[in-house]
Amino acid sequence: MQRIGVFVCWCGSNIAGTVDVQAVSEALKNEPGVVLSTNYQYMCSQAGQDMIKAAIAEHKLTGIVICSCSPRMHEATFRKTAAAAGINPYMVEIANIREQCSWVHKEMEIGTEKAIILGKAAIAKVNLNTPLTPGESPVTKRALVIGGGIAGIQTALDIADAGFEVDIVEKKPTIGGKMAQLDKTFPTLDCAACILTPKMVDVGQHEKIRIFSYSEVTALEGFVGNFTATITKKARFVKEDVCTGCGLCTEKCPQKKVPNEFNLGMDNRRAIYIPFAQAVPKVATIDPDHCTMLKTGKCGLCAKVCTAGAIDYTQKDEVIKEKYGAIVVATGYEPISMEKFDEFAYNQSKDVITSLEFERLTNAAGPTAGKLLRPSDGKHPHKIVFVQCVGSRCENCAEKGKEYCSKICCMYTAKHAMLTRDKYPDTEVYVFYIDVRTPGKNFDEFYRRAVEEYGVHYIKGMVGKVTPEGDKLMVQASDLLADKQLHIDADLVVLAAAIEPDKSARPLATMLTASMDTNDFFTEAHPKLRPVESPTAGVYLSGTCQGPKDIPETVSQAGAAAAKVIGLLAKDKLTGNPCVAHSDELMCNGCSSCERVCPYGAITYTDKEFRMPNRTTLIRRVASVNEAVCQGCGACTVACPSGAMDLKGFASEQIIAEVDAVCK
Amino acid sequence: MQVNGFKPKIVAFCCNWCSYAGADLAGNNRLNYPADVKIIRVPCSCRVNPMFVLRAFQRGADGVIICGCHPGDCHYTSGNYYTRRRMSLLFSMLDYLGIERDRTRVEWVSAAEGAKFAATMNDFVEKVTALGENKRLEDLRCKR
Amino acid sequence: MEKTNEALCKEIIWNSGVNPRKCMRCGKCSGTCPAYDEMEYHPHEFVFMVENGDIEPLLNSKSLYRCLTCFACVDRCPRGVEPAKLVEAVRLAAVRQQGANHLKPDDIPALLNEDLPQQAIVSALRKYNK
Repeated sequence: MQRIGVFVCWCGSNIAGTVDVQAVSEALKNEPGVVLSTNYQYMCSQAGQDMIKAAIAEHKLTGIVICSCSPRMHEATFRKTAAAAGINPYMVEIANIREQCSWVHKEMEIGTEKAIILGKAAIAKVNLNTPLTPGESPVTKRALVIGGGIAGIQTALDIADAGFEVDIVEKKPTIGGKMAQLDKTFPTLDCAACILTPKMVDVGQHEKIRIFSYSEVTALEGFVGNFTATITKKARFVKEDVCTGCGLCTEKCPQKKVPNEFNLGMDNRRAIYIPFAQAVPKVATIDPDHCTMLKTGKCGLCAKVCTAGAIDYTQKDEVIKEKYGAIVVATGYEPISMEKFDEFAYNQSKDVITSLEFERLTNAAGPTAGKLLRPSDGKHPHKIVFVQCVGSRCENCAEKGKEYCSKICCMYTAKHAMLTRDKYPDTEVYVFYIDVRTPGKNFDEFYRRAVEEYGVHYIKGMVGKVTPEGDKLMVQASDLLADKQLHIDADLVVLAAAIEPDKSARPLATMLTASMDTNDFFTEAHPKLRPVESPTAGVYLSGTCQGPKDIPETVSQAGAAAAKVIGLLAKDKLTGNPCVAHSDELMCNGCSSCERVCPYGAITYTDKEFRMPNRTTLIRRVASVNEAVCQGCGACTVACPSGAMDLKGFASEQIIAEVDAVCK
Repeated sequence: MQVNGFKPKIVAFCCNWCSYAGADLAGNNRLNYPADVKIIRVPCSCRVNPMFVLRAFQRGADGVIICGCHPGDCHYTSGNYYTRRRMSLLFSMLDYLGIERDRTRVEWVSAAEGAKFAATMNDFVEKVTALGENKRLEDLRCKR
Repeated sequence: MEKTNEALCKEIIWNSGVNPRKCMRCGKCSGTCPAYDEMEYHPHEFVFMVENGDIEPLLNSKSLYRCLTCFACVDRCPRGVEPAKLVEAVRLAAVRQQGANHLKPDDIPALLNEDLPQQAIVSALRKYNK
């Protein structure tokens, strides 16, 4: 039997004005378990708290009921008081007789009556309270960043600068991501490589950062503070620690006709290659699909020219297991495929290109060395048509496009148009838009500059059709404001393709039990207040894997995610919420109902041995809750058909006791 | 709220993150609603076992209302969706048993909707009062 | 906005099965229309004129019969508005307004013969029977 002390607070006249506190404490005196019932002006004051502490010592109280303001106000205060007096903080219950009684009722009689009932309910609950101790788990002081684009780079640098070890896993041979492919960045027009490559070098040289390039995360298990990741390092057939990145092999390799992914297939690379000059790590990689030596066993030229002796044709995929305390997802985006948009003739003409291809065409390190030339005949285009919202804001064509706005296209198209007019003033530039969306610092000014100073023709309307005719592209489009149909004989058509999450995101989300929306973007724990955390504890989001973003936004989110990770890794031990679900193994029948409703993947099944009365043993599958992962929502308790699952602190028994007390 | 001296017993389950805070806000703004409503705090509306609702009716409650976060705003991502499904099933069963639809309700109240909380309670109590005492499921053994 | 012809507008929308409110005014339908230059009111205008209940000018316009029903706009509309179906529904309204109530269900048995496709009768009934 509990020894319960009831403390009724006056809260000055806030409670005492509508509730007869004396009558309440009198009425609660004879409830089961109550050994003391008293009242005081301000329970939360130092004097009030001292009074509670003294009463705990004097009456050997095991449970406390405080009739006062909302538990959202002072539950923590009174729990601390109880802990200071030596009883378990979770033996404290609050009856909310201010916000939900004295403040909403006017008559003393009604208020007093309700306060008594609320007090009785709290007493009924405390009678069934058990001391709870929050679970503790150690924290592995290392973070895993999945994806080595600008988001991953920034997150890794910020975490590493705080003194924690970081591993970056990047599936491509180099870090850098999409930003490395860009030419200039809006709205300041500084060159992407100039601001990105120093960061890449920082990452490469940072003593706390390891880069697993050409690698993928293939399995993940564990929970916040204690993840174990399996990383598969694909064989690149070059010893990473020996290769000096001199590039001699990439010049001598006889296999010259491999489409260069970095330039989006607009030129060729060799079978052994370094993606670009500033790659980190600057190590050659052999493409096994095209290497003659690996395919037929005859060639071996690269091994002959390599002075460092780095080539190793026998290299195998390597599997690494590593422990991490936190995981940051920074898997980024891909432009959607243009294959299905027949009306734009993307498949028919080389001169219909996507905006990312346009970036490569204008990039000094690109296939044309920065000269804007048509991919088909290498001539300078004199009329360029930019089409916005290709695949973005598509409702009906889910298989073709995306329903959302891709956010960055308006700005990069304005950038492309402006740069084109700046470098080649003899080129006519048309931009077809539905809306121009430029919310951002200096964004609208940038767009207006493209129109006013650089003379870009912005036309409200959409391109209906592109038809290749000779060496021209006939563009048929509407001009809604002039109410005309336009026919433009363009030399180059640039499509602002919608962006979608990287294909690797979906399987990764399954591994992490992190949730995704219908578009495969990762869901944040709270759309406003926890934008960089995933609902799965210990998993954080950075960059475009969470939604379309430009570079400044990505970098700020990367920093925010890093701050969250640092906050987690700075702890030696994680103290959980003790109000978590637990399963009674004797009652559990292993049906998986709870596992299916758990939003956090906190429930796992284990085979457990039970001793039977006839001295045999029985092995049964039972649910067990990972207390570090469970957030205590209680969905499983209701789903459990056998009643084995219960929630500590809000046990079914306790809630029923409250219901009974309220209905009496 | 009193009609012929009848005062209904109303049990309100409120989720800790939205509706309980909404009820607190109603208090902060001094928005009156009948004292017949007694709030029981649960971590999430999905913690409300249909058993609790049945128990309340068994013990003589005249109405049961469950308040949770708005769809999509659940602190636990998806808890209120479970509530919606479970309760729509339970309420149709209760309706079949003769517990009128107006005696049961699920309402989404956010932490900012103090006024909605008070208005909901006023409306709910009014409807339950109009229906009178609930005798259908009451366990007479529980009567004193 | 006051709709001039609410009932007719509703009928047209119902007949077409199109929701003109989905339109985001991108103008791709008009950009894609091969008969654009022949028209007084262009496909995108059709959509928002119907939405605004501005039916009268459409009924009296020649544009109605310039639409080739090639369905290019239906194919390419990013929001699934299907302007061609709306044009067809306005045409239907025009036919019905002319009072061309030629076909009654009672007349059908007499018309039936082996060569006449069933579909033709159904569509004639749909078109002419109010």
